[in-house]
Amino acid sequence: MSDCKLPYSSEWTFDLLQSYDEEIKKVAEEFNLDTYPNQIEVISAEQMMDAYSSVGMPVGYHHWSFGKQFLSVEQRYKRGQMGLAYEIVINSNPCIAYLMEENSMMMQALVIAHAAYGHNSFFKGNYLFRTWTNPDSIIDYLVFAKKYVIECERRHGEDEVEAILDSCHALMNYGVDRYKRPPRLSIQEERARQKERENYLQSQINDLWRTIPRGDTSLETSRELHFPSEPQENLLYFIEKNAPLLEPWQRELVRIVRKIAQYFYPQRQTQVMNEGWATFWHYTLLNTLYERGILDDGFMIEFLKTHTNVVYQPPYNSPYYSGINPYALGFSMYRDIRRICEEPSDEDRHWFPEIAGSDWVTTLDFAMRNFKDESFIAQFLSPKLIRDLKLFSVLDDDADNQLEISAIHNEEGYRRVRSVLAKHYNLSVREPNIQIHNVNLRGDRSLTLRHVQHDRQPLSDDTDEILKHMSRLWGFTVRLETSQQDGSIEVTHECKVSH
Amino acid sequence: MSQFIDRRPNGKNKSAVNRHKFIRRFKSQIKKAVSEAVSGRSITDLDRGEKINIPSKDISEPVFHHGAGGRREGVHPGNTDFVTGDRLPRPSGGAGGGGGGDASDSGEGEDDFAFQISREEFLDIFFDDLALPDLVKTQLRKLIKYKRVRAGYSTDGVPTNINIIRTMKGALARRIALRGPYQGELREAEERLAALKLLHDEQHPEITSLTRRIAELKAKIRRIPFIDTFDLRYNNRITQPEPSSQAVMFCLMDVSGSMDQSKKDIAKRFFTLLYFFLTGTYERIDLVFIRHHTIAKEVDEEEFFYSRETGGTVVSSALKLMDEIIADRYSPEEWNIYAAQASDGDNWSDDSPLCRDMLINTIMPKVQYYAYVEVSDDTPRGLWREFVNVKKACANFAMQRIERPGDIFPVFRKLFKKKAA
Repeated sequence: MSDCKLPYSSEWTFDLLQSYDEEIKKVAEEFNLDTYPNQIEVISAEQMMDAYSSVGMPVGYHHWSFGKQFLSVEQRYKRGQMGLAYEIVINSNPCIAYLMEENSMMMQALVIAHAAYGHNSFFKGNYLFRTWTNPDSIIDYLVFAKKYVIECERRHGEDEVEAILDSCHALMNYGVDRYKRPPRLSIQEERARQKERENYLQSQINDLWRTIPRGDTSLETSRELHFPSEPQENLLYFIEKNAPLLEPWQRELVRIVRKIAQYFYPQRQTQVMNEGWATFWHYTLLNTLYERGILDDGFMIEFLKTHTNVVYQPPYNSPYYSGINPYALGFSMYRDIRRICEEPSDEDRHWFPEIAGSDWVTTLDFAMRNFKDESFIAQFLSPKLIRDLKLFSVLDDDADNQLEISAIHNEEGYRRVRSVLAKHYNLSVREPNIQIHNVNLRGDRSLTLRHVQHDRQPLSDDTDEILKHMSRLWGFTVRLETSQQDGSIEVTHECKVSH
Repeated sequence: MSQFIDRRPNGKNKSAVNRHKFIRRFKSQIKKAVSEAVSGRSITDLDRGEKINIPSKDISEPVFHHGAGGRREGVHPGNTDFVTGDRLPRPSGGAGGGGGGDASDSGEGEDDFAFQISREEFLDIFFDDLALPDLVKTQLRKLIKYKRVRAGYSTDGVPTNINIIRTMKGALARRIALRGPYQGELREAEERLAALKLLHDEQHPEITSLTRRIAELKAKIRRIPFIDTFDLRYNNRITQPEPSSQAVMFCLMDVSGSMDQSKKDIAKRFFTLLYFFLTGTYERIDLVFIRHHTIAKEVDEEEFFYSRETGGTVVSSALKLMDEIIADRYSPEEWNIYAAQASDGDNWSDDSPLCRDMLINTIMPKVQYYAYVEVSDDTPRGLWREFVNVKKACANFAMQRIERPGDIFPVFRKLFKKKAA
């Protein structure tokens, strides 16, 4: 164990980064943080803006929406309305983390602890990431995607490609498999398969062509043919495999967007857990180093100031309030779990009999591996934390002209607050439930989506726009019907395509 | 073991393609913003980029999400004095207390998507697919002046151009070079002589021969000329064509009673466009504003566009004044002359043929390009008919009619349209 103090200065050097990283790594290993190897890249602020606007993909295909993102980041950064994020970290193997050159040595150390050990171990450990992403090949796949898009632009024109990508982006959140694991991708395989698909796919969509009326249809006409036989929730997958008019390259583009959506799917479900985990570990790792005398007071004061900003949760009536800060919530929850393990109160023993008094490192590791935001909160949000954060739930019903406080931080309210908060992070509640219900095989080949309404929440105004995108991909009329709570079904949106 | 990589040298413009794609996609909106910006600026105030606002809804990327309404429940931190069952009025205007669906952060509180485009992008968009027609282009070729510029040194020339320093440098080098072999021998001989003198007396045959040799060598060295014709260097000058980088743009406008403010406004925009177009080509542009009713007068920009006068119309008065000003201040040998004339087409009927003759005979030979726009929704009248003849006679004359402000840009583009190859 090193007993020498790490030098503290605001200027960083590569040698300093190296020695800080070594110390942090040692402690991380003591806490059994299992990580992918780290690749830490130093970049400038402009490059950070680039990385920012490509939604954290180190290589992205080109699309105007990333340009829009870039312009708005650039504009806000220049006006001083926002600082740049301290870190971007890529779920890949090796795990890529970016350090911004403008940051002080303390910030670099914080980011290393946060991203290279916190997020990294989360990517490697959490079941969603293990199931749904493939960090070994994601960079290869992104490179493949970028090249493929460029080639399509060359061959079929920028506008054509853009139109397809626009439409896919509109449906991106509905391009994920939620229940079955996607096959692993590797670039060679992907390339070979893509060629293969190009040849075969067009012929695979026979379901529709097969139904062109033949002479003797007497048997079939009696029965209403229902396709798909079961509702499909992966809209993009359905389109990729079944849209009658798409060219092979267009199907491939649909596939690319779908794959990327799938790659980001776990991140959307583990915001609180992931950020909380990383924050908890940068806090714990750096504090441990401080306790051992490896970091000095100046470093810690600078660190605590930044850390406090990160985990600040403004109250609901503050002008700075914009919802619950996932860093704050996640961080407090992991701290709270550690507290329950180390010094449980009677209340904790009552609420959390399995973990109260157990080894905190193991318990935390278990929590990190096996949950997503929704189940994590439902499982681990303790009454004490609800009291500390003074959480309360508000019921907003448009049938009522007033809001109602449905629960507060008291004995009667704990369970309700917890379940409401957990539900808030449930993607299937947050996003409208829309599935492909039927394709009219015998008539106009129109496609019907069904929206199952939840708590009478209507779809937003731009639904018509999305249907336009959907029908661009499908090639025929697309309509959307809404199934209300009482079971009635009515067509609410329609985008007609005449041929 | 973590690996550290310094990516800073990698270059930062990874987003340039995406940015370009964005601008390409919203070109029509950006173009609109640009043309609005043009009308808001003074003619000469063009040398900067522009802030572009695009309504957020135009560039939004729709995704399925919940709209307002229905029943939703949300959790918030920092309870102060609520107890279960409290009822409170719905906050007005806000998203309500629900906060269930505010996952999207784009567009909140912002109606427009604003960003900055650079001057180059501004001009590019402005002049997008705009170019001078081939024919006009030849007419529009900038005036060429020739200037003599220094171009190193040559070995011949006139005596006044002798460059003394270069010449002397060369002479010195030559002298050293030619002296070289003798000098070496001379030195050796002198050393040997000095050595011999210590051993022998003056009459020693070797000493005499050496003395003779030394005298010979010295004479040879002396014979090397101090300066030779070979050394002479002359300043070299060549003539270089120099496109004249200055232009003058004449703005002629009818301000008679029939030209109301809206017509003037249209004319202003047209002049702005022309000026704008020329700034891409010339370093310096003078503007001359000539307004006329029955008599013409040179005025400043403010007065040109915004003061009112009434009276009849004699277009030739303006042409005459323009010709005088050209003769007076803008010699066609040194200046590229452009003219744009706006009128509502009214003219005193006897004057129109006079205008035609003046244009064809005196003005058109001097100007690079002459654009006439008629701001009117009436049927063309005398002046237009006469100008049609001018157009036939002179290739660098262009005329168009503008009826509404919306026509300006198309008309301008028609005047300067790219000709298909």
